[in-house]
Amino acid sequence: MAEAGAVFLKDLQQELRNRYALNAMALFAITTLVVVGFAVGSQALPASVVAALLWVVLLFTAVASLSRVFLREEETGTALALRLAVEPEHVYLGKLLFNVVLLGAMALVVAPLFLAVMQARVGNPGLLALVLLLGCIGLAAASTIVAAIIARAAARGALFGGLAFPLLLPVLIAATGGTTRALEGAPLGAAWAELRLLLSFGVVMITASLLLFEHVWNE
Amino acid sequence: MRSPDGGPEVPAEVFLAVRDLAKSFGRLGLFRGVSFELSPGEALVVTGRNGSGKSTLVRILCGLLRPTRGSIEYRVGERLVPGRDVKRLVGLVSPDLVLYEELTLLENLRFFARVRGLRRSDMELQTLLTQVGLESEGARRAGTLSTGMRQRLRFAHALLHEPPVLLLDEPTANLDDAGVAMARACMARQRSRGILVVATNNREELELGDQILRLGG
Repeated sequence: MAEAGAVFLKDLQQELRNRYALNAMALFAITTLVVVGFAVGSQALPASVVAALLWVVLLFTAVASLSRVFLREEETGTALALRLAVEPEHVYLGKLLFNVVLLGAMALVVAPLFLAVMQARVGNPGLLALVLLLGCIGLAAASTIVAAIIARAAARGALFGGLAFPLLLPVLIAATGGTTRALEGAPLGAAWAELRLLLSFGVVMITASLLLFEHVWNE
Repeated sequence: MRSPDGGPEVPAEVFLAVRDLAKSFGRLGLFRGVSFELSPGEALVVTGRNGSGKSTLVRILCGLLRPTRGSIEYRVGERLVPGRDVKRLVGLVSPDLVLYEELTLLENLRFFARVRGLRRSDMELQTLLTQVGLESEGARRAGTLSTGMRQRLRFAHALLHEPPVLLLDEPTANLDDAGVAMARACMARQRSRGILVVATNNREELELGDQILRLGG
């Protein structure tokens, strides 16, 4: 695990120096927040619509940056050195951790701003935080393995969307449902089905990715 | 070769046996029938025209590519090394090898030591940089290095884990006279303690080999 930690810290150090993903995320998040804010105005929307809009913003902000973890290695030519020195599972876990932290940090900034713009009241903040955490892990897990699959392909942008969106559908449905319950102020037990789906998706996706990654990453 | 916990050196009696190796990409056949055996202290020079498969052979020996046919066996003493562990045995210098441009030289070496599970102090890393002639560049970002300096950094990266097998693809490309002397010193040192494979078309380097393999007829 120390090796995966080293991969994570290296990615973090690179990102803090070139800020490629952070800038892309910030630009997308600000743009969508402004557009949604102007479109909705002072209307009071139902909790289910607010939740769906929040996850659309998070999804597209994630798509704008999460695929970079492997693309950057292939485009700059550093993937060869990484393949030579690091066990595949450590590469995957390090990159996954980086994407979870990046997406989590982004959600921490975007979600409160979005809810403020929408003038939405959060009935159960604890449940919202849990749904955001599990949703971000699910989004990051699926995006990381898809990013590895498409990293060496041509027309990567279109491929990433084509492969990632169907995979992400269960996470988005469950996360939207869980967020709706949190906004409505439902207790934790009322969102158990959504939480269970989010947790299962994360576990299955990470386990399957660990099993598959060596074949995706090597020749 | 160091012990996995970064402790003192342990003897590394590594043997390499390649039998009837062939590689093709689709219909394009690069080479076939390549066989050789190397013991500690021996060097192989691979030569041949451009496109004959020298770099591909080096990548196959690293475990980064699979051959189309044939076998490669690394043995440490009597023990056969599993394919997955081959990367621990080899150090590679290749024009395709790029290190992280946003990181400094010391940060790059520190990262690669950590992911290989090695404990290396900054002083040890600095000594390695001195060995390749980059002693005053440790705090410099890799992206700002000249082409020749990048080649020196590749040597430092390849020697970081003191590999018993050193694979060099065009090792003196882009190096000045001092750089060529550094590369030759590294090759001489490797020959005294392990296996050396050099892919080159440089006539002077052909003399380094105990065996010479010509690819592409």
